[in-house]
Amino acid sequence: MEWEVVIGLEIHAQLATKSKIFSGASTAYGAEPNTQACAVDLGLPGVLPVLNHEAVQMAIKFGLATNSHVAPRSIFARKNYFYPDLPKGYQISQMDLPIVGEGSLEIRLEDGTVKTIGITRAHLEEDAGKSLHEDFQGMTGIDLNRAGTPLLEIVSEPDMRSAKEAVAYMKKIHSIVTYIDICDGNMQEGSFRCDANVSVRPKGQQELGTRSELKNINSFRYVERAINLEVERQIEIIEDGGKVVQETRLYDVDKNETRSMRSKEEANDYRYFPDPDLLPVEIDEKTIDAVRKTLPELPDAKQKRFTSEFSLSDYDAEVLTSTRQMADYFEAVVKASGGEAKLSANWVSGALTGSLNKESIDIENSPVSAEMLGGMIKRIADNTISGKIAKQVFEAMWQGEGDADSVIESKGLKQVTDSGAIEKIVDEIIANNQGQVEQYRAGKEKVFGFFVGQVMKASQGKANPAQVNQMLKEKLKG
Amino acid sequence: MSLTQDDVKKIAHLARLSISDADIPSYEKELSNILGLVEQMNAVDTSDVSPMAHPLDMAQRLREDTVTEENHRDDYQSVAPNVEKGLFLVPQVIE
Amino acid sequence: MHNKTLSELSAALKAGEFSSTELTQSYLNRIAELDTHVNAYITVSDESALMAAKAADQKIAAGEAGPLTGIPLAQKDIFCSKGVKTSCGSKMLDSFVSPYNATVIEKFNQAGSVMLGKTNMDEFAMGSSNETSFYGAVKNPWNTDKVPGGSSGGSAAAVAARLAPASTGTDTGGSIRQPASLCGITGLKPTYGRVSRYGMIAFASSLDQAGPMTRTAEDAALMLNCMAGFDERDSTSAQREVPDYTANLSDSLDGLTIGLPKEYFGEGLDASVGKAVEEAIAEYKKLGATVKEISLPNTHLAVPTYYVVAPAECSSNLSRFDGVRFGYRCDDPIDLEDLYKRSRGEGFGSEVKRRIMIGTYALSAGYYDAYYIKAQQLRRLISDDFKRAFEEVDVIMGPTAPEPAFGLGEKSDDPITMYLSDIYTIAANLAGLPGMSVPAGFVNEMPVGLQIIGNYFDEARLLNVAHRYQQVTDWHQHAPAQFK
Repeated sequence: MEWEVVIGLEIHAQLATKSKIFSGASTAYGAEPNTQACAVDLGLPGVLPVLNHEAVQMAIKFGLATNSHVAPRSIFARKNYFYPDLPKGYQISQMDLPIVGEGSLEIRLEDGTVKTIGITRAHLEEDAGKSLHEDFQGMTGIDLNRAGTPLLEIVSEPDMRSAKEAVAYMKKIHSIVTYIDICDGNMQEGSFRCDANVSVRPKGQQELGTRSELKNINSFRYVERAINLEVERQIEIIEDGGKVVQETRLYDVDKNETRSMRSKEEANDYRYFPDPDLLPVEIDEKTIDAVRKTLPELPDAKQKRFTSEFSLSDYDAEVLTSTRQMADYFEAVVKASGGEAKLSANWVSGALTGSLNKESIDIENSPVSAEMLGGMIKRIADNTISGKIAKQVFEAMWQGEGDADSVIESKGLKQVTDSGAIEKIVDEIIANNQGQVEQYRAGKEKVFGFFVGQVMKASQGKANPAQVNQMLKEKLKG
Repeated sequence: MSLTQDDVKKIAHLARLSISDADIPSYEKELSNILGLVEQMNAVDTSDVSPMAHPLDMAQRLREDTVTEENHRDDYQSVAPNVEKGLFLVPQVIE
Repeated sequence: MHNKTLSELSAALKAGEFSSTELTQSYLNRIAELDTHVNAYITVSDESALMAAKAADQKIAAGEAGPLTGIPLAQKDIFCSKGVKTSCGSKMLDSFVSPYNATVIEKFNQAGSVMLGKTNMDEFAMGSSNETSFYGAVKNPWNTDKVPGGSSGGSAAAVAARLAPASTGTDTGGSIRQPASLCGITGLKPTYGRVSRYGMIAFASSLDQAGPMTRTAEDAALMLNCMAGFDERDSTSAQREVPDYTANLSDSLDGLTIGLPKEYFGEGLDASVGKAVEEAIAEYKKLGATVKEISLPNTHLAVPTYYVVAPAECSSNLSRFDGVRFGYRCDDPIDLEDLYKRSRGEGFGSEVKRRIMIGTYALSAGYYDAYYIKAQQLRRLISDDFKRAFEEVDVIMGPTAPEPAFGLGEKSDDPITMYLSDIYTIAANLAGLPGMSVPAGFVNEMPVGLQIIGNYFDEARLLNVAHRYQQVTDWHQHAPAQFK
């Protein structure tokens, strides 16, 4: 039996406003419990919500960045249910008329093909507080600092057909929301959360299978794993003759399995109705145009530009544009290096990214600035140092020993390009290794490497490799 | 429209209201009567009428994104039934 | 002192006839002596009242007094008052001392008035007789075996019994106008959005409005001057200038067209009440107005519509009362479900629970279209009736309530008969229009009110129309024997 997997993702992006969506309390992360929960956030009797302008702007930005319809009129609705982290006993969200409607974006699959994934809608809502279960002997502690933080819930069409496609889509959304500065994308802190709706059906069947909702996945890797596990689980059930139950499941990272959430009850009746404390949000063309002007170059456009302007491969361009910060960094490096795009691409996505990841530093906090790296690359391009020596220079810069030129100077790393000097070394090596010379001349080509190694060693790595190669070839010809 | 005992129990659960078994019949009766009163709405055809959620024809005002609230946790928690280490305590919630 | 109107009191204070402290103390003494007969107050805030009076006296001495500086007022216990218990008439909030002030309270504080205390009310503003309060029923000062009306029964009784020169109320389906009518005082429900709802414990968000309850229209105008205005904390607050509502009180009524809806004078109206209203209309003709019969054909749908919309909104508004962050919490909850169910089950009274359940039902899956949407559609029709009427007339008049005050306990067995007390007042809330009740006579020695409904934001005209009537009649000056 051939199975088809159908996946839809619901992503909650916490919007990076300074204050909450309906109150003037701060949204800053990490504050002492309940010190950023004002009367409105606490749902005290008599309080009322007032809508944050910036949240609306951010939603519009997202709509524009995904070619989605921005609703001229949208309504907030109450989603009613009881839970201790939901102070009012209802969440202010949007139901029938969301602020952003249909749109789409493109994802690149591993084989290079491009697929369009539909966005059903994106709407504004308020976040709930947090529950802390440890430390309170049979009680749960509620922190409402997070209550009222603005969320943009982005709902995709069920267009994805594999866990990898889902991850590609999730990454694309992540890059878009961070590019347009509406979300910091920090999954560990919960600024970017993903729920996946997964179902399977026999290939060719039109009807969708019963879906389950996977919650609590806060990394790209876990999304892929959780979805694959769920697909396996569902297929097994059906092949054993059973039926998939519609339910919510949590992904358990430690056990690497999904488990059913302690059933709250059958489908919750949320009794949505328009919130009478809020009025319809009206957005005119003028407002949309003004927001459009503030949009930065978006990932897809930037990627296309990088491939043409810098002659980079699609893959390289994609890596370098995965965050706006990296893209900006890269362009600054190219500039500082005098236009060395390929070298810059290699160094940024290679050594720099590797070092950043090793120490878990963001590119904005890189000890090696774009100017410094560009400066170093300039010196590779102008043959002052070889690529190999550059590694040492990079390391030294990373450790704070100065910029490329000062490191090269202080450590005496200048490449030796003087053909006379190189010739002297080459002659000496050849003279001292007649045995290998014979071997090489007899046809053992591999021995060439030995000579190169010896020359480099004798020159402390500073001899220009290209010249060494050429000279050795000449002189060993015999 | 008549409600059954089951209906009453379901509604009470949705609304998180404890009602004793003894009270269910009277709620059943009273709520059914009220619904009877409300049924009068069906006397009029409203198929072309747009629902009116607000008396006034106004659009939502937007407030500037600035932090205007300070920390008043002690004041707010002075009326709380059960607080520890700055957190509101409730019987444990198991997910 | 206790028979002076607000404007008289203000003049007297300025003239130094007595101090605010003396005035306040005098009222506190009266309350201590006489409130047991009516139970108008839930909380009397002696200490803070005297402190405020002292501060007011200083302002008056410095020549910095406004029209309400030093004036003692009673505030309905639905307005959050910082540092003073705010119970909303419910066991659920019996322990709640609000950490913040409602905007309305703030405005009165800034005007320098003195808060005598918080008045009794139907629990969570749900009721028409003030019999559902956790703190016991309020009695009508004209006959303490009868109800004062509700939900602002305490505020109405306090003013009628001269236990406060004026008070505030709130009106969702008639809760200012109906008790004003039953207690023989003047009450005004402003246009929806005229007065801020921030800090006013919500019952039905799209219907609730706060307003003054006074003995005269002039006093109501003074109060409204203070209460009205845009509040940035309330998204439903109208961004409209506040005129001086006292400026045009004595304008002539020549050329005023009064509409009398034929639906308000039909079945269900007590004949004597009808007669009193007709006599009031006759006075208006003498004052220069012309009278026209109009029709508000969807009047009969107002009560059913209201009893879907209001419970639906309140079922959601009251979800925050869950025993977690404030208010009543049941003893020894065994788990979260138990905490919610018993805190709410024990903390709320039966009328509140009934309405929450109706509202929950009306919003629930499968019933939303048939109930909630249908009701909002009817709301539009009712509202359109008024729009059409106001193209022909300037104000609409009729009885405020179908009968004078009924006996305590008389209607509490059948919620529906109780609901029908609001038959004439509810439509104005659904449409969001301003409405007033002014004393218009007596039937069997119990007060009867004339209702005046105006167009959106036309409070100045309403007050003018009411004031002119009070200049040629003296119903509003009568006081109940026990409380003269």
